[in-house]
Amino acid sequence: MTGRLLLTIAHRLAILAYIVFALFPLFWLLKVSVTPNDLLYSEGVRLWPSHATLDHYRFVLENSAFPTFFKNSLIVAGSTSVAVTALSSLAGYALSRFRFRGKYALVALMLITQMFPLVMLVAPIFKMLSPLGLTNSLTGLVIVYTAFNVPFATFLMQSFFDGIPKDLEEAAMIDGASRFVAFRQIILPLTLPGIAATLGFVFTAAWSELLFALMLISGNASATFPVGLLTFVSKFSVDFGQMMAAGVMALIPACLFFLLIQRYLVQGLTAGAVKG
Amino acid sequence: MSHPPTVQSPRTGKSALRRFVDAAEPWFYSAPVLVLILAVMLVPLILGLSYAFRDIQLLNPFSGGFVGLKHLQALSQDQAFYRALRNTLWWTGASVFLQFLFGLILALLLDKPFAGRGIAQALVFLPWAVPTFLAGLNWAWLFNPVIGPLPHWMAALGILSAPDNILADPHLAMWGPIIANVWWGIPFFAITLLAALQAIPRDLYEAAEIDGAGPLQRFVSITLPFLAPTIAITILLRTVWIANFADLIIVMTNGGPADRTQIVASYIFTQAFRRLDFGYASAIALVLLVLLLAYSMVIVIIRQRLIEKD
Repeated sequence: MTGRLLLTIAHRLAILAYIVFALFPLFWLLKVSVTPNDLLYSEGVRLWPSHATLDHYRFVLENSAFPTFFKNSLIVAGSTSVAVTALSSLAGYALSRFRFRGKYALVALMLITQMFPLVMLVAPIFKMLSPLGLTNSLTGLVIVYTAFNVPFATFLMQSFFDGIPKDLEEAAMIDGASRFVAFRQIILPLTLPGIAATLGFVFTAAWSELLFALMLISGNASATFPVGLLTFVSKFSVDFGQMMAAGVMALIPACLFFLLIQRYLVQGLTAGAVKG
Repeated sequence: MSHPPTVQSPRTGKSALRRFVDAAEPWFYSAPVLVLILAVMLVPLILGLSYAFRDIQLLNPFSGGFVGLKHLQALSQDQAFYRALRNTLWWTGASVFLQFLFGLILALLLDKPFAGRGIAQALVFLPWAVPTFLAGLNWAWLFNPVIGPLPHWMAALGILSAPDNILADPHLAMWGPIIANVWWGIPFFAITLLAALQAIPRDLYEAAEIDGAGPLQRFVSITLPFLAPTIAITILLRTVWIANFADLIIVMTNGGPADRTQIVASYIFTQAFRRLDFGYASAIALVLLVLLLAYSMVIVIIRQRLIEKD
């Protein structure tokens, strides 16, 4: 039996190694964010500073534009996730319940959008939004992010609707309800877990998007967190403690949403299987 | 509002209006999505392809005219572009291979129930939730000898001769974004492969064990064949996705030092964002699109061959 015991120990050690590898960078981020400036260089590779401080957080919250970036990112990611979830539940329902002319063309169009490099669109989207006054505006970002996320979310919502029996709304329709009423009052409440998962996926994606935000936004007033942090890094590249404090703050909403959707990850990724 | 019953013949059953409403109903649900995709993705795509043949520079108000194949000719002479192509191959190949290898091992480790599996799973999948710009910055800081431990550890282990920043070393710089990408991408492969592993019927393993098959034999003759389709499709899709994934490179090295980490996607972004030369950026994008299409065609043909063989 020692062989089996050794195998178990090796298995646990391997898991432990993965956990350490996954968490170490985040741990280091946290560590530097609470290290006082005078210890930053003298205690370079120590795993925890001899005394910790929240000064960097206080400074970032009180004296920098990060609260604005944070608010902008919340607005953009929040609006995008709500808009995408609303639109994709409608379209996902259509794909799940109807057979109609043009359905396969629609599916093909959405699949194509998942295949071509979005970086191609940086220049033309800038040229299109600029005369509409939608560059340097959070509305412009929300429109762009909504369009980018809607195909994947539609496939995701479709897979959730597919899991709900058709008899439910057919029974309601025989009782005289219109299809839309049946959809809203019977089917949507049953897909709440799916709606939560879609909200989480899209929120995380919009929270993290960098390239289009960099291109479309200039100036602090409407900068999102990624843009703000990157500008901060290139301007004040010595304030490591403050940058990492800001980084930890950017991490919090993403991690909260991750915990929310973690249970649906396997279902979601196997349903879409097209996008990370 | 009801129609007089005599108007409707029993044969047609429905009025023209009713038939129209029925046919339009699916579009009532899907039209908003369709309009959005057409307006914000398809129109810019076509517009962008037309830019490849025009002189479009944001800061030059006299630009905008057609220049034919001028951009493509310039591109064919552009050494930086060829370097970016080679870098893209290296970046994509190394990232996909390492993500897949470590993702597969992780999925196998998590496949059997053990005490604390739920929490272990949540922790090892956490990097996937980290915004990519932050993952890039985080790893750039870890490689920075001023505040990061990695150069000192690598020097102590003899991997580096001195605790220098590998992101500043032209020969090693690409490893920085690749390692960050592997760290960030392992969960994706692990989650996908884990889902496929859990779908394998358990009694197959029991039957094989009774027949005296060892663990390795069971892996090769049961697990691998069952996983093969998932592995194939995930790797193919992921290859395209990672080839286009420029965030980490833009954040960590900006393509430098001396263009050693510039991939085609980051080259396009740099041309559009820093040089504001939308025409040239779109010409590169056009070539990238053609290459990706060719790659997809090859995949489809190989897949067709394999199906015909069976």
